[in-house]
Amino acid sequence: MSIFAIELAFWQQTIIKMVVVAAVIPAAALVLGYVFLLKMMSFMQSRLGPMEAGPHGTLQLLADGLKFLQKEDIFPDKADRRLFALAPVVVLVSTFLLFVALPVSPEGIVARLDTGIFYALAVSSLSVVGIMIAGWSSANKYALMGSLRAAGQLIAYELPLVLAVVGVVIQAGTLDLQGIVLAQANGEIFGWGAIGNPFILTQFVGFAIFLTAVQAELTQPPFDMPVAESEIVGGYQVEYTGFRFLFFFMAEFGTAFVFAGLASVLFLGGWYFPGFDT
Amino acid sequence: MVAQNIAFGVMVGIMGLSAIRVVTTRNVVHAALYLMVVLATVAGLFLLLGAEFLGITQVLIYIGAVIVLFLFGIMLTGARIGKEKLLSHRNKVPALMIATVITAVSIYAAIDYFGADKLPEETRTSTKEVANSLFSQYIIPFEVASVLLLAALIGAIVIARREPHEENLTK
Repeated sequence: MSIFAIELAFWQQTIIKMVVVAAVIPAAALVLGYVFLLKMMSFMQSRLGPMEAGPHGTLQLLADGLKFLQKEDIFPDKADRRLFALAPVVVLVSTFLLFVALPVSPEGIVARLDTGIFYALAVSSLSVVGIMIAGWSSANKYALMGSLRAAGQLIAYELPLVLAVVGVVIQAGTLDLQGIVLAQANGEIFGWGAIGNPFILTQFVGFAIFLTAVQAELTQPPFDMPVAESEIVGGYQVEYTGFRFLFFFMAEFGTAFVFAGLASVLFLGGWYFPGFDT
Repeated sequence: MVAQNIAFGVMVGIMGLSAIRVVTTRNVVHAALYLMVVLATVAGLFLLLGAEFLGITQVLIYIGAVIVLFLFGIMLTGARIGKEKLLSHRNKVPALMIATVITAVSIYAAIDYFGADKLPEETRTSTKEVANSLFSQYIIPFEVASVLLLAALIGAIVIARREPHEENLTK
């Protein structure tokens, strides 16, 4: 890490990296939550969405977050208290771990792992355990059904996700995410290397499958059966309030952000911009 | 090496305590989750030895798949919250004895074989080396294992899937 030509000790680098990850995930969750959950959904339903808090309601989620922090920390009467408290943490930790392997610039990566994308897929499956614990420990049939639905769907769509990634890994010849970016940056299309060789050109089907599977992994519409509000009133999250619910919310949109980053790294060339040196 | 030794001690401590809790806890879901902690620390030990690919595979398969399958089974068959009285087994004492004997034998075998051998300073193996050895030196066991797994997979599908005429019979 030598962006400003300063050499830092390992522990200094580690602290900076931790602060950056701890700041990026909630910020990304806020932005994505605002753009997609509040605004895009509203426009699709011919309404304006939040307009009062800040210009065009941009501060709405900050206000919501503060509101969540003030709420009472409610445990259901018959819940398994320790597991009930643990579940949102497990889900959120999985999101933070995912971000570790994502490269954002030649030097900007928390840890350059030899197993890059394999690691990302492994830690993303951790959230399934968190969701199952959440559903079971709530002592609520709706929550249990929701968590079983969610876990079933998450496991099922992991398969197309992995298979879409396999094509990229074969073409790049490495599992390392930074290596995949470099393979695309230094690639050539029929001997013409001006824009590198983004894998979306050769693996368009894989790209489409990846995005579809990610949509299902995030339990977003049209794959929102696990949280179907009309049937099981929010699924595994039904008993959660206050900052524990906020954890789930942050994990959901933070993971959306990281998966968008992964899709960009795998198929669109990552941080490489044509014309600049790698 | 001191940092590694401390990390090893911490992880083995967590692993041992969780392994004991797996069998002493009175709740099936808690047992499955303690087992998850044990398997996670095994992944940690692999990472400590520099076997990155193996450690990540451990997380993917044991935590992402096996434990999730356990939880599925347990939750679908109605695990209760709180303590269960019937979870303890009559053959506790013989089981404990057998476990002690197996532990003693494996410890003796490990000490007898390795003696005072020490790990080299650099034990890191890259994914490329793992792949190369899998597809050259160990190609036959690898292929045999994959055929076996494929057979098991097809067998599971055959058992789970009912033929249309069978369904008519049960009606």
